[in-house]
Amino acid sequence: MIALFWRDLKLAVRAGGGFGLALAFFLIVVVLVPFAVGPEAELLGRIAPGILWIGALLAALLSLDRIFALDYEDGSLLLLATSPLPLEGVALSKALAHWLTTGLPLSVSAPLLGFLLHLPSQAYTLLWLTLVVGTLALSFIGAFGAALTVGVRRGGLLLSLLVLPLYVPTLIFGAETVRRAVEGAETTTTFLMLCGITAGTFALLPFAAAMTLRINLR
Amino acid sequence: MSIWEYANPKKFMRTTTPVLPWLFVSSAVLLLVALIWGFFFTPEDYRQGSTVKIIYLHVPSALMAINAWLMMLVASLIWLVRRHHVSALAAKAAAPVGIAMTIIALLTGAIWGKPMWGTYWAWDPRLTSFLILFLFYLGYVALWSAIEDPDTAADLTSVLCIVGSVFALLSRYAVNFWNQGLHQGASLSLDKEENVADVFYHPLLLSIAGFVILFLGLVLLRTRSEIRMRRAHALRARERRRDG
Repeated sequence: MIALFWRDLKLAVRAGGGFGLALAFFLIVVVLVPFAVGPEAELLGRIAPGILWIGALLAALLSLDRIFALDYEDGSLLLLATSPLPLEGVALSKALAHWLTTGLPLSVSAPLLGFLLHLPSQAYTLLWLTLVVGTLALSFIGAFGAALTVGVRRGGLLLSLLVLPLYVPTLIFGAETVRRAVEGAETTTTFLMLCGITAGTFALLPFAAAMTLRINLR
Repeated sequence: MSIWEYANPKKFMRTTTPVLPWLFVSSAVLLLVALIWGFFFTPEDYRQGSTVKIIYLHVPSALMAINAWLMMLVASLIWLVRRHHVSALAAKAAAPVGIAMTIIALLTGAIWGKPMWGTYWAWDPRLTSFLILFLFYLGYVALWSAIEDPDTAADLTSVLCIVGSVFALLSRYAVNFWNQGLHQGASLSLDKEENVADVFYHPLLLSIAGFVILFLGLVLLRTRSEIRMRRAHALRARERRRDG
């Protein structure tokens, strides 16, 4: 499982792996927003939590179809399925690798982009924390969605249609926590709810993903 | 009699053929009585005026929009556990009916909302969660239509339905954290104190019964056409094998 994890990391980081693409996308989305809504610092600061969360969410969505599709096409997913490692483990390690190559870099760069959007200073810690925790949930949900659509050719659009509604609770609690931090309100409840969602997806969705993979490999 | 007998499509078709007209006729009668009673023979609400009468369409359709998803969930579970083929097809058949109910609920709500709240749409938790339910329905239908092999499609959509139910429920409670509500409380509940006044209550119950029977009839009808389509597909495949 650890070997598989390292393999996925290396594949993602090497040329053509899409590492960095998600980051660049995130940067571009955030840079485009002031062009669309105007450069007033006050307005940007108020909508910054939402923009950063939406940007991170869409950037994480971009690389989802890579989680299983390439391995499915060249047959290595079948080999993995016959290996002693259960498919649940495969799904878990692939989701973690996806998070480490997209979710984590996105959350690390988010405070910098928050600075560009005049995000009020008291919200930086929570922006970073919610994104680190929240993108983990996004990766697990995404791995499930990728497993669902692995057999569909050009399933990218379908994947977004399936996965985005599942992202709703994570987005609500993540963005709401940062928004409350901006307003100086109490943030513990929503942050704990976000952690709860991440823990739940961590515990349950690898099983659902493995189940759908088994159906698709039949 | 048990539902397992009806895993045999032939038996299912034979039983539902005589039932179907009864369902449609009784739902038509119930809805006609309920709507005429509701529209013409109930008093106007002292605050809402005549707009209150949209309740006879809004509440039943909203109820059925949620119950359709619940029925799909149960049917999906039955398919996953026992490979009950008609059950998988019934889940597939219920989804578009559920979509229609969701749209009716959203539209009637918007029409009522304009004179009462002064807006067609507000990002109220209840309204928003209905919109999210609509998105879940869309994803479910899209997945069905994207996969060619019928058994794989049934399996995958069943898993999606189960996972989606959990997330739909989560979203329902998550939106409460995100915005305060404008929508009134439940119109109907088992503890009597919350219910709407009796004059509105009786035609509403009739209308709900009409909607339930209409839903059953539509789902049976669509399941039957799914079975026929599956049969036609199989016949064509056999024909091709014989030729080629």
